[in-house]
Amino acid sequence: MAKKKLKKRKRVRISLPDKTAVYVNGRLVGFYAEGAKLYHDLRDKRRDGLLSSQTNFAFSRKTRELFINTDGGRARRPYVVVKHGKSLYTKELQEKVKKGEVSWTDLIKTGVVEYLDSEEEEEHAYVAPTDKEITEEHSHVEIDPVSIAGVTVSTLPFVEYNSSPRITMACAMSKQSLGVYSTNYNIRMDSRAHILFYPQAPLAQTQPYKTLRFGRQPAGQNLVVAITSYRGYNMGDAVVMNKNAVDRCMMRSAFYKTYETEERRYPGGQKDKFELPQPVVSGYRDEKQYRHLGEDGVIVPESKVEARDVLVGKTSPPRFLEEVSVFGIAEEKKRENSVTVKNGEEGIVDSVMLTESLSGNKLVKVKVRSIKVPEPGDKFASRHGQKGVVGLLAPQEDMPFTESGIVPDLIINPHAIPSRMTAGHLLEMIGGKAACMNGNLVDATPFQGDKEHEFKEQLEKFGFQRHGKEILYDGITGERIETEIFLGVIYYQRLHHLVSNKMHVRSRGPVQLLTHQPTEGRAREGGLRFGEMERDCLIGYGASMLLKERMLEESDKTTALICEKCGSIAVYDHLKKREYCPLCDSTNLSKVELSYAFKLLLDEIKSIGIFPRLMLKDKA
Amino acid sequence: MTKPKKDTLVQTGEAVGIIAAQSIGEPGTQMTMRTFHYAGVAEQVPTGLPRLIEIVDARKTAKKPLMDIYLKHEYANNEEKARAFAESIEGLTLASVAYLEEDFATKKITITIDEEVAKEEGLQISEIVKIIKKLIANATQEKNVVTLKPRTSNLRSLRRLSNKLKALHVKGVPNISRAMILRGPKGFFVRTGGSNLAEVLKREEIDGPALYTNDIKEVEKTLGIEAARNAIVHEINQVLSLQGLDVDVRHLMLLADAMCASGSIKSIGRHGLSGEKAGILARAAFEETLKHLINASVRGEEDKLIGVTENIIIGQTIPVGTGLVRLVMKRTADKKKEAKEEKEE
Repeated sequence: MAKKKLKKRKRVRISLPDKTAVYVNGRLVGFYAEGAKLYHDLRDKRRDGLLSSQTNFAFSRKTRELFINTDGGRARRPYVVVKHGKSLYTKELQEKVKKGEVSWTDLIKTGVVEYLDSEEEEEHAYVAPTDKEITEEHSHVEIDPVSIAGVTVSTLPFVEYNSSPRITMACAMSKQSLGVYSTNYNIRMDSRAHILFYPQAPLAQTQPYKTLRFGRQPAGQNLVVAITSYRGYNMGDAVVMNKNAVDRCMMRSAFYKTYETEERRYPGGQKDKFELPQPVVSGYRDEKQYRHLGEDGVIVPESKVEARDVLVGKTSPPRFLEEVSVFGIAEEKKRENSVTVKNGEEGIVDSVMLTESLSGNKLVKVKVRSIKVPEPGDKFASRHGQKGVVGLLAPQEDMPFTESGIVPDLIINPHAIPSRMTAGHLLEMIGGKAACMNGNLVDATPFQGDKEHEFKEQLEKFGFQRHGKEILYDGITGERIETEIFLGVIYYQRLHHLVSNKMHVRSRGPVQLLTHQPTEGRAREGGLRFGEMERDCLIGYGASMLLKERMLEESDKTTALICEKCGSIAVYDHLKKREYCPLCDSTNLSKVELSYAFKLLLDEIKSIGIFPRLMLKDKA
Repeated sequence: MTKPKKDTLVQTGEAVGIIAAQSIGEPGTQMTMRTFHYAGVAEQVPTGLPRLIEIVDARKTAKKPLMDIYLKHEYANNEEKARAFAESIEGLTLASVAYLEEDFATKKITITIDEEVAKEEGLQISEIVKIIKKLIANATQEKNVVTLKPRTSNLRSLRRLSNKLKALHVKGVPNISRAMILRGPKGFFVRTGGSNLAEVLKREEIDGPALYTNDIKEVEKTLGIEAARNAIVHEINQVLSLQGLDVDVRHLMLLADAMCASGSIKSIGRHGLSGEKAGILARAAFEETLKHLINASVRGEEDKLIGVTENIIIGQTIPVGTGLVRLVMKRTADKKKEAKEEKEE
């Protein structure tokens, strides 16, 4: 141990250069004695407009490096410059901007506002959130404290009252909300699109929401919401909806889906053809399915289509070269290759578009519209990360009502609130209620919006209780409900997870060619995988017969002929009508039930040069 | 008394293995990444999932072994004596008291014993030299410097010898790198880094039956497979209870039994239990499909379709639970018929 101390490795000291290394766009260009001074000079030159406002500088004292960045792709954001504890964006300047005498570019040119990239911000910026908080040490001030939040967050109301996980969720969900995504949706051919009927601008809006003019193409509606239980139909984040409100088109939306197909060209000069297929075509469907097609083989707009109805009739040349018939010339046998409405979908043909594809082929797009009325299983969410699925559409007469006869549109469960700490949700409900009464919008901008006590005063003014609770009466019994129930108006969004686009069942259906096992996925009308862990569970229960049923009977059961002599799989000769073993020609065969996958396994084992035999024995 | 015991017995055909696996596996997913620390031991003893994997993999090394040595009354209640004992078992290697140098030119190894360190550790230089000479007689001593001239002229073997010398155990119990006394509910006990059951068991001062080590392989070596089984159960239980997970011991006992059934500890996994399953198909289904199939074909093996996996693959009922039931008796008419047939033959 003592000697070990002597063996300690000598550490080589790397001394820092006494000069600052200067890099331009990451490339070393030279050294300069006073890095800090150079930084300040460069920065001042930029502020004076002598250097491009798009350059950024960063001097690292620790490593004595000065980075000059002018290349594209840096994330930059604007700040107001502070000098000697005073914002350069003075009162007078503000007046001039208001009058339109000074523009944004002017502010940049004069060095009042400057853009910083991440590096410069890291090394040199000390940013005050508001003018009031500026001290001598600050170098910049935020143009507006709201700009700390991103685009999506800043549209959410009362974010500062919510817990961060719920804010994250609210952000994610507001991007899934149905609204008016584009005003020219009528002439667009998006492969999938949703349009909300009667969209409303929220009662509680933030300043950025207004700036973005989101309210012109809103994505949601203001609902009267009560927070109470309703006969167990809103347990575990389910919501109860007012059936009559839904009948009045609340949260109704249209779903557009575009099918497309083109006349493809094949090697050999053959080509697809849009037409009304004739019964001679191989794979001809039911005549009924072609009923909407016009002479050109394309469907007529505004026709009602169901699953498997043909939208565009198309015939293709045969997949393989046709056999030469007895008469010498091959008969042209065309293949049916129409585009049909997908299984489980229906609607009305909204529009048809005829064009040319990139490769110059004839191209048809058919847009099918269907109206999606809220139904149990559809997903809704407020802007506070409070999401839920419709559990029941309750008739209005069965729902609780207030003294004045107001019936909620939506009933959410009180358990959704405490653990999630989304106080903003409650606040928006109160604010929305007050806004409904006084006819003004609520300012829900984070940190600077309207305050709780203001809403309470308003409510009181209009004869409500200040905390937003009301006495309700049971719609079924007519009895007064003992507890006061919190009721308010809040903006809700319909999210694009609609059950009708997701629900899927299968009792029988298509199987895969290779394994004879059921196909996978909704689109292929597939089964649900009974996986390894599920299998383990059945073994654990000792449910041997059930397991066999799952793995064999309901999957890929086949009967195979096994040669008793050599243990290989025998065949049936259809011409000679004879069963025999192709290996040993024995006819001593037995029929055995096994899974097709096992037969496949045997084949694969053979393919690696191993000969597996099945030795049969009578069942004990 | 036998009735309640019989009532608790598991039924024939119950899939105990799967149930044990699920019972250990499910809480296992909840194991936290938090590690707990033993007071006083500088090395971090693995706990939680890493430790569980270590146990189940039946690793030979790659862990931090540790022992708790409980002492007889007169030692347990006397700090001085306990400390003296702890010091006496703390193992010391030559490398920690001496500096070794190989001279490749003259093919000599010089060992310079650090007198100060040796004195601190209560070792006489002559003692150390004696131990060295036991290993290699061809050593000359000059004060605190010992020079060895081994017969081998090979450089590599010289280096190997040097390494062997460095690990040469000069004092205390081999493999025990440190020992400290701790106060427990029954007085002082000694906790050691490193483990050496066989040697420690020889000591008079200890309370033999209470001796503990976390080295399962060593338990197997010195106390036998039954003790190793118990050690496995104990160690897994320790890991689980430390995480606040409640798993019935009987599941762990089954696991330990499965690992020890062959008479030596087998790991769970490719190189252990799973790799030695009876059925070819079962092995092929687990891992290294091709290897198992090819080896089976080379040996001309036959799969008797005894296991669960095999029967699922070919699509039969599995010999577990309801699938285990078979009709044993035959109708008398059939029996007679059979007897007739036999006679005719």
